[in-house]
Amino acid sequence: MTLLVVESLNKNFGGVVAARNVSFSLMAGEILAMIGPNGAGKSTSFNMVGGQLRPDSGRVVLEGQDITGLPPCAICRLGVGRSFQVAQTFLSMSVLENLQMALIAYAQRTRDMLARADALFRDEALELLDQLGMADAAARPMNTLAYGDVKRVELAIALAGKPRLLLMDEPTAGMAPGERAALMRLVAGIARRAAIGVLFTEHDMDAVFAHADRILVLVRGEIIAAGMPEDVRANPEVQRVYLGTSGLRAALRARAAAHG
Amino acid sequence: MSVEFSFLLVQALSGLASASSLFIIASGLTLVFGVTRIVNFAHGSFYMLGAYVAVTIVPWLLQIERSPTLFFVGVLISACVVGVLGVLMEVLLLRRIYKVPELFQLLATFGVVLMVQDAVLHVWGPMDIAGPRAPGLRHGVMILDQRFPAYELFLICAGPVVLGLLWLLMHKTRFGILLRAATRDRDMVGALGVNQALLFTGTLFLGAFLAGLGGALQIPRVSASAQMDLSIITEAFVVTVIGGMGSIGGAFLAALLIGQLQAFGVLIFPKITLVLVFLLMALVLVVKPWGLLGRPEAAPASAMPEGIASPRRFRAFEKLMAALALLAAAMLPLFGDAYAVKVATEVLIFALAAFSLNFLVGNGGIVSFGHAAYFGLGAYASGLLVTKLGMPMEPALIAAPLAGGFFAALFGFFIVRLQGIYLAMLTLAFAQIAYAVCFQWVEVTGGDNGIVGVWPSAWASSRIAYHYLVLVVAVLGIFALRHVIYAPFGATLRAARDSAARAEAIGIDVRAHRWLGFTIAGAAAGLAGGLYAFSKGSIDPTLLGIPLSVDFLAMILLGGMQSVMGPVLGAAAFHSIKDVFMPFTDHWRFFLGASIIALVLIFPRGLGGAYAALRARFSGGAP
Repeated sequence: MTLLVVESLNKNFGGVVAARNVSFSLMAGEILAMIGPNGAGKSTSFNMVGGQLRPDSGRVVLEGQDITGLPPCAICRLGVGRSFQVAQTFLSMSVLENLQMALIAYAQRTRDMLARADALFRDEALELLDQLGMADAAARPMNTLAYGDVKRVELAIALAGKPRLLLMDEPTAGMAPGERAALMRLVAGIARRAAIGVLFTEHDMDAVFAHADRILVLVRGEIIAAGMPEDVRANPEVQRVYLGTSGLRAALRARAAAHG
Repeated sequence: MSVEFSFLLVQALSGLASASSLFIIASGLTLVFGVTRIVNFAHGSFYMLGAYVAVTIVPWLLQIERSPTLFFVGVLISACVVGVLGVLMEVLLLRRIYKVPELFQLLATFGVVLMVQDAVLHVWGPMDIAGPRAPGLRHGVMILDQRFPAYELFLICAGPVVLGLLWLLMHKTRFGILLRAATRDRDMVGALGVNQALLFTGTLFLGAFLAGLGGALQIPRVSASAQMDLSIITEAFVVTVIGGMGSIGGAFLAALLIGQLQAFGVLIFPKITLVLVFLLMALVLVVKPWGLLGRPEAAPASAMPEGIASPRRFRAFEKLMAALALLAAAMLPLFGDAYAVKVATEVLIFALAAFSLNFLVGNGGIVSFGHAAYFGLGAYASGLLVTKLGMPMEPALIAAPLAGGFFAALFGFFIVRLQGIYLAMLTLAFAQIAYAVCFQWVEVTGGDNGIVGVWPSAWASSRIAYHYLVLVVAVLGIFALRHVIYAPFGATLRAARDSAARAEAIGIDVRAHRWLGFTIAGAAAGLAGGLYAFSKGSIDPTLLGIPLSVDFLAMILLGGMQSVMGPVLGAAAFHSIKDVFMPFTDHWRFFLGASIIALVLIFPRGLGGAYAALRARFSGGAP
């Protein structure tokens, strides 16, 4: 089933083209990677899907519903969860409270003035943390966590809304190599089990080639290649503008590691 | 026909003259903001000082020789003197607060405003001082068939000349190029090895020089008075906000717009020119949130916010303290005299107001610089219903939170669209609108004098009975708000404060929740205002003024804005100190200003922070 259809999105920032005719689609349960050099327009495309940016033209369709230009909170309620390039969490709260907040929002009880927030959804919050291996840190203040752990909590927050589409902007940035692989395996497992469509950007080619079903290559705001990992890797233009030879070696290595 | 045209022409010219003056002042403010990111309340004080220094030295110079040259030499000397004072302020104060949260910066510079006010009264006395007129420019010029003062024509030219000189400075000198670079990216300029301290000091000299120049140039038109600072600073804020903070060209454009709006607005709506100006600002900010020529601020980096973190429940000890405090407030009429009861009643009222403010600032990260507006509007609603419509106290008291909430909803609709310093400026602007209406609409509000005869119903008319009424209402109000802080709605406001992007991404409509929070806080402040009106028996515009808004902020600063109950403590401490010391000194404002600065510099977490640190030490845990 087609989950997300993006049709010729365009975005200019004062004459600088950040996205030009970006089109792609994503099936439920599919993992789609978006790669490209810095400044290629990956985050811009992400933010147009997530509602943080309004496209100049083009359409974003989620399960047949046009969501172009809706505010992020409305898009979230339609089943889109996301993580940010620089992790966004509630720094003044504990890890558990971050998750409780996400669950309160999902239950649409944010205007509740009677209940005690700290008593709501504790078990569900702990369960989500457990899924990402963060249950032990539940009571810790968010601002004492290592950055890799912050990223993990952010992912748990995004999953709290039971999304059908998960957007992850550089999910493993700032993590140690071992952590990266583990996190990507975890995400891939969750996505396949719950049939969540995942769109992610990543600079770590190991993560991309090991887990993506398909890959989009973005350069200067345009998609220059799209397809299966092998096709993308074999595409001479992609090799030239982006991967280079060392990237190619990394891709081969990752493929070998993932498929034994 | 030609009469009408010439009249309109003269009106437009006088609009240009005030635009020119306003631009000279506002350019300094926007320049300083662009480089230091500090909104300098004391800029109005520099303007006032410019006028006072000029009315002192210009007549002295003119005694030597009545020449235009010496007049303008005097004006320039005055501006330089003020520039040096700006350097002093940078070195002694601003240098220490570049990194602290905006609210603290605003409060610290407001502390300087208070100190300068008392210093000016001390040096120059309370009487307004008229300045000499400029030799050679005292005559009128005939424009068509209307007389127009030559000095006004000179002022019309002065603005563009200053704009041109600033442009030359910014584009042709190394200092100016660094200034522009710092406005774009302060950290980058620091990284390039530029002596930042010198750059900032130079900026403050230039900014204060321009304010002083603006003030000194006004002396032939207006007398130097100790009220000049706050009236000009709000206008200068409006100009810089409309133009875009940090943009000199924007300030020029905005000053032109406002000058014309005032010149012609006075013909159509003579009483509400101020309101027109602020409405223009609200409109511009809704359409262009960064002003006409402003640049969007980069989203603030994720940093630990200054405010309430996860609120904990009361421990046994804290429950005991709260119970004791309640008991003391309840028993006070038995052992205290009438004066003590009066002070305690006021403390309770201010505690509710301060608590409602911290509900916004500490819990929601919404820095309101005009919270007194909702307090005052509640007071006016009660007072007017009782005195004009003959209503009894009870329904009038119910109307107070409704009025406060209604206007908070109305103003808040615009306010919550903005962030950071722009938001703070807009709260200030709306508060000034409300103040201006209460001040100018004499037939209904009694203007400056206000309205007397706002007395409680017979059963509550004794000091003691009224004290109990306030005790019950204020305590209920505070505990209701406190409950909301612990409830999902309070947590949602904290979440939106910590990271608006994250809050939106989990499905929270941040703007709608902030709007609701603003309305609730306004309603609570309105209730406090209603209670205050009946305790005083009168209402007047100072109940909506900036000084009272700053008092509320000082209360939450003193109490500690990161603690839930701190504002109550802060209100009690602040009001008691004020009550004890004010009768003993003519320089209350000076002490208040110095205390605010001291709080910001050495005690930023207030009494609540001190308590938390103590408790952490005794329970052995980390703070």
